[in-house]
Amino acid sequence: MQQPGKLDAKIPGGPLKDKWTKHKASLRLVSPANKKKLDIIVVGAGAAGGSAAASLAELGYNVKVFVFQDSPRRAHSIASQGGINASKNYKNDSDSDYRLFHDMLKGGDFRAREANVYRAAEISNNIIDQYVASGVPFARDYSGYLDNRSFGGVQVSRTFYAQGQTGQQCTLAAYQALSRQIKAGKVTMFSRRDVLELVLIDGKARGVIARNLLTGEIERHSAHAVVFATGGFGTVYYLSTLAINSNGSAALAAYKKGAFMANPSMAQIHPTCLPVLNDYQSKLTLMSESLRNDGRIWVSSKKGDKRNPLDIPENERDYYLERRYPAFGNLVPRDVASRAAKERCDAGYGAGETGLSVYLDFKDAIKDQGEEVIGNKYGTLFDLYRKITGINPYKEPMKIYPASHYTMGGLWVDYNLMTTIPGLYALGEANFSDHGANRLGASSLMQCSGDGYFILPVTIGDYLADEIKTPQIPTDGPEFEEAEKAVEGKLSKLMSVNGSQTVSSFHKKLGQILWTHSGMKRNEKGLKQALQEVAELQEEFWKDVKVPGKLEHLNHELEKAARVADFFDLAKLIITDALDRNESCGAHFREEYQTEDGEAQRDDDRYAYVSAWEFTDENKGPMLHKEKLVFETVTPTKRSYK
Amino acid sequence: MKITLKIWRQESAQDKGGFVTYKMDDVSTEMTFPEMLDSLNEDLIKRNEVPFAFDSDCREGICGMCGLYINGRPNGPQEGVTTCQLNMSMFKDGDTITIEPWRAKAFPVIKDLVVDRTALDKLIQAGGFISAKTGAAPEANAIPVSKEESDIAFDAGVCIGCGTCVASCKNASAMLFISAKVSQFAVLPQGRVEAKERVQTMVAQMDALGFGNCTNTGACEAECPKEIKLSNIARMNREFYKAKIS
Repeated sequence: MQQPGKLDAKIPGGPLKDKWTKHKASLRLVSPANKKKLDIIVVGAGAAGGSAAASLAELGYNVKVFVFQDSPRRAHSIASQGGINASKNYKNDSDSDYRLFHDMLKGGDFRAREANVYRAAEISNNIIDQYVASGVPFARDYSGYLDNRSFGGVQVSRTFYAQGQTGQQCTLAAYQALSRQIKAGKVTMFSRRDVLELVLIDGKARGVIARNLLTGEIERHSAHAVVFATGGFGTVYYLSTLAINSNGSAALAAYKKGAFMANPSMAQIHPTCLPVLNDYQSKLTLMSESLRNDGRIWVSSKKGDKRNPLDIPENERDYYLERRYPAFGNLVPRDVASRAAKERCDAGYGAGETGLSVYLDFKDAIKDQGEEVIGNKYGTLFDLYRKITGINPYKEPMKIYPASHYTMGGLWVDYNLMTTIPGLYALGEANFSDHGANRLGASSLMQCSGDGYFILPVTIGDYLADEIKTPQIPTDGPEFEEAEKAVEGKLSKLMSVNGSQTVSSFHKKLGQILWTHSGMKRNEKGLKQALQEVAELQEEFWKDVKVPGKLEHLNHELEKAARVADFFDLAKLIITDALDRNESCGAHFREEYQTEDGEAQRDDDRYAYVSAWEFTDENKGPMLHKEKLVFETVTPTKRSYK
Repeated sequence: MKITLKIWRQESAQDKGGFVTYKMDDVSTEMTFPEMLDSLNEDLIKRNEVPFAFDSDCREGICGMCGLYINGRPNGPQEGVTTCQLNMSMFKDGDTITIEPWRAKAFPVIKDLVVDRTALDKLIQAGGFISAKTGAAPEANAIPVSKEESDIAFDAGVCIGCGTCVASCKNASAMLFISAKVSQFAVLPQGRVEAKERVQTMVAQMDALGFGNCTNTGACEAECPKEIKLSNIARMNREFYKAKIS
């Protein structure tokens, strides 16, 4: 049953391009004298959390930052490679806020909110200004001005980049701004902490329970508001492009405390990653999408062709993206490129020993532009590839295959980035707001940075304006007591099972179930089977998992166990959402809903909504709320890249 | 292949610690170094032993979380890689591999192969930033930067904060680490404003945290997984003298 009023996205009225300006002017403010009396907890310090924490501290709030790594510089935003979009129009190729907005909305297959996406485009230029002022060495041409390149799903060049390490450079800029505030005493840093529970007092987010990963101590931390910038949960698939410790535990804790989870099935499988080579593999490294600017993707036109790619003559190569999508060619969006690769491999044309890879070839680009120019653009990526595989991409095509990469879905937030729990905000990949059913390349750094630098610091004031008389939140109340007990209970339970199977073996099995039935292609039968299998595996986990070591000590296995325990619930949410959506859109491709030529068949009449799932109890399934998507400016069209 | 591992095990900072020998019969040359360690830990768990602790996160050489002393070299025998990018194909059947944590006064051991590198964060906090407050930035192209200088800044800016330079240095100096940040900002017009103060506060903090000084052995440059150049130290020294005499 839908509870009316619970899903008010608070989208301001008026014309699209005026919404954010008008909204900012209408938000309440907190005076500098009052800001210094207010505490804010920020969990995660990537491009979103780091920039938010620094910006909030600059405004005068007291900020407490939590990360599981030893340093806030290591968040996985650091691994973002290809770039960050902005509508500067430095290339004079007719770019504009509107065009960036339209590309993102269309790229997301019209499953995102117009107002949010437009705002992301509108503030994109400020982000570039901010990063340049902070010392990010974006690529420049010989004039000394900033350079741009193009990216998948668009026909303009709007991507700012720093070789293949744009995310590193941007994340470090945010980290350095954060470091400055740590030195100024406005930010207290809590590293090597896993945030395992959210604490609500009178329905408002007032703190977190964290485990000190070095001592095992369970800590209570309070604040007037809590911000989750905890990234995505693509590691639920086990093998992914994410860091091995990336997880969804904080988001799941929020969900179980009443924050709705939106579009969890919208999980991006990125087309250009290293293929699975063996059973030991712990990671599928991303090869930036920017490579598709100059690289051409192909497979042999003969089934099961095991020849060395250099021995396959031109007339026996199938440049299948260029063949199927002549307008965009190798630069189709990620979802389209991934499915096309899977289609060729499933049909038996895949490359390599496993037949589960396709070629990404720079031969023609090097012939046209020379090795030096290509090296300047992609040198760090080519080196990365060579180091992992031993193959030199200047001489021989890369082998790539799609892998789990990014979750468009996440905690439901309103226009102010507040979840359905008052005082709990979600930023960056941890929320669902801007990418709809498929994210375009170089728009994640843009969204994370926008959320952290320019949106949250403004919108959170409107909430905190009501809190100026609230004294510091004590941590000895019953709510903290209860939350701490719940965490201790869960961890002790994990330690006490003392079964026979390792945590990783469960994670692998879970990943396999999801990859098979809820990956690039899904169908009702498979999803139902997956739901059953996940439930069984979860039951087995709690009966037979083996967690060695001690509670009150550095214990990586216990950390992993707590994360994997949460992945089962996240997996069930993903599958449940995928089952609900009887259409194909973006990354969510249901085999029952496709056109004759195998393209996604969207159903706007029935599914033009954001699915927001509410936790009920451990035994009952989640409850669906629908936020209807209203398109005032753009008329959703069939997404064609042909 | 068969591999013998001598792994440093140390219960806590107070514990004395020592090497424990493990034998592995089934190591694939396709494994990365941490995948090999994962596989040993999985075996230890199954045998009711406590796995050893080591840090690792992104597994693609960019987060800087990993870092082990392998056969007397930081990140092992392969050039220009982090520990997570090190391939087992660099070893052969029958090899013995000795694995130790970073050894430096400023990096105390926490447990087994895990060390505390928060000193590197404190160095950045001492001045490794440009004080560009959110919202205060001018239009990006209003600050032209020559491609040459921008490239120098990028090459210095790729530091991942792993601590290899400190671990490889006989003086446990953090000169390469701070000089990379000082250089990145010294060549950019945006960073010039605070250049004088930055170099002095960062150097003072390095001394205060117990890092040693630089005696130009060049071990840091030779071992840095991101191949950051020694010339950054020269540039930092120039910046330091300039700051002192002007």
